[in-house]
Amino acid sequence: MARPEVEDVELDLFVRALKLRHGYDFGEYARASFRRRVQSLLQSTNSATIGELTARVLRDDALLPVVIAGLSVPVSEMFRDPPVFRKLRDEVLPLLASYPRINIWQAGCAFGQEVYSLAILLEEAGLYDRSQIYATDFSDAAIARAQEGIFPAREARLYSENYLAAGGQHSLADYYHARYELITIDARLRRNVTFANHNLVCDGVFCEAHLILCRNVLIYFTDPLQNHVLELFRDSLVRRGFLCLGTRENISFARAAQDFRAIDPRLRIFQLERLPA
Amino acid sequence: MRRRPALVVAGCSAGGLRALHTLLGGLAPDFPLPLVAVCHTGSDDVSLLCELLARSSALPVREATERTQPQPGRVYIAPSGYHLLLGEDGRFALSVDPRVGFARPSIDVLFESAAVARGDRVVGIVMTGANSDGAQGLERIRARGGLAIVQDPADAEVDLMPAAALAQAGADHCLPLVEIAPLLNRLAR
Repeated sequence: MARPEVEDVELDLFVRALKLRHGYDFGEYARASFRRRVQSLLQSTNSATIGELTARVLRDDALLPVVIAGLSVPVSEMFRDPPVFRKLRDEVLPLLASYPRINIWQAGCAFGQEVYSLAILLEEAGLYDRSQIYATDFSDAAIARAQEGIFPAREARLYSENYLAAGGQHSLADYYHARYELITIDARLRRNVTFANHNLVCDGVFCEAHLILCRNVLIYFTDPLQNHVLELFRDSLVRRGFLCLGTRENISFARAAQDFRAIDPRLRIFQLERLPA
Repeated sequence: MRRRPALVVAGCSAGGLRALHTLLGGLAPDFPLPLVAVCHTGSDDVSLLCELLARSSALPVREATERTQPQPGRVYIAPSGYHLLLGEDGRFALSVDPRVGFARPSIDVLFESAAVARGDRVVGIVMTGANSDGAQGLERIRARGGLAIVQDPADAEVDLMPAAALAQAGADHCLPLVEIAPLLNRLAR
């Protein structure tokens, strides 16, 4: 058998060090994307090799948040994939309207673009005042950013186009203040949002949700972890609750997928069909 | 002695649609390898792109699906807005990590992951384009023992991308577009 590449060995040791020393388990992260993120971290932390980064993160606790932030690399935009938000607006929210209280879990909230998109959607549907959004991420740095709700002004045009394509009823500018190079989301949109640290790898059920959004998060997980998280979602959803994934996600290899029925297979919006035995 | 290739990865940008037509049109109907392509088209509708390409291809052309295994004799195009990677188990993986050199999908990301996943059994091809995406990826493919093919810049609709690839990675074969498919047909036998 061929000798393994040194970088492959270093990557294994890095994962092991984060788990043993800091309790973060990246063992079930899909290795190809994870490798790229670690390589980006080498540049941002001025480490020559993964081995050097491993040695530093073992002894320097102050480096840990930097590493965790680098390994979460949240990228999103407001109303990304407008047809998804249109579908939520037109078909899912009217069904949720029959509940006296609506709980929504945004799992992997990154910098909050989708949280605020959701809040606007609920506001315009007249449902926001009886809704609670739980926005979670495993990166404290991401949560802090999401709570601020500040985005580069150069993104505003894309966000506005998405908003209108998603069936927005006003102008997106009604929901933010622009100053210099930044836009700040209206703090009123945060009134029913609870931000919290939650790690899909190891944390459990914490609410009874009517809708869970988790878009483009499971793509970073191996099949077993994907299935584990789908089970977590199943156990967190009310009967006939909704799950919204990224539009290119494939859950057909996960056992837990049997418990969900696609109400829109193309947009990856599912409804919980079966309760766990 | 090099082992028979198991996978072909290809990247193109400006002028890439025409280049892919030529490349796919020249592949034998019984071409025995999967071919995976990143083409920066700026279009959101990859299914339309696949339909167009299928007209000049004897092989089926599809958007790559997350977690599925690339099949022999099929052509896969990266979905718009995602990086496409070969997982270490050989299956397709997607990411929405930041753009690399303004591109998502990025040719470098596909090539580097393919190099890790399949090592010396990868053939990488860089064709026409107006940026330097693919140069680093091709370097990684060669570093892990794979084979590099670059379209002759003099033959490319836009020569920047093949020239950048040659400068950074070099090539095992540098030749006009129409000769790339016949070479692949021979290499795959």
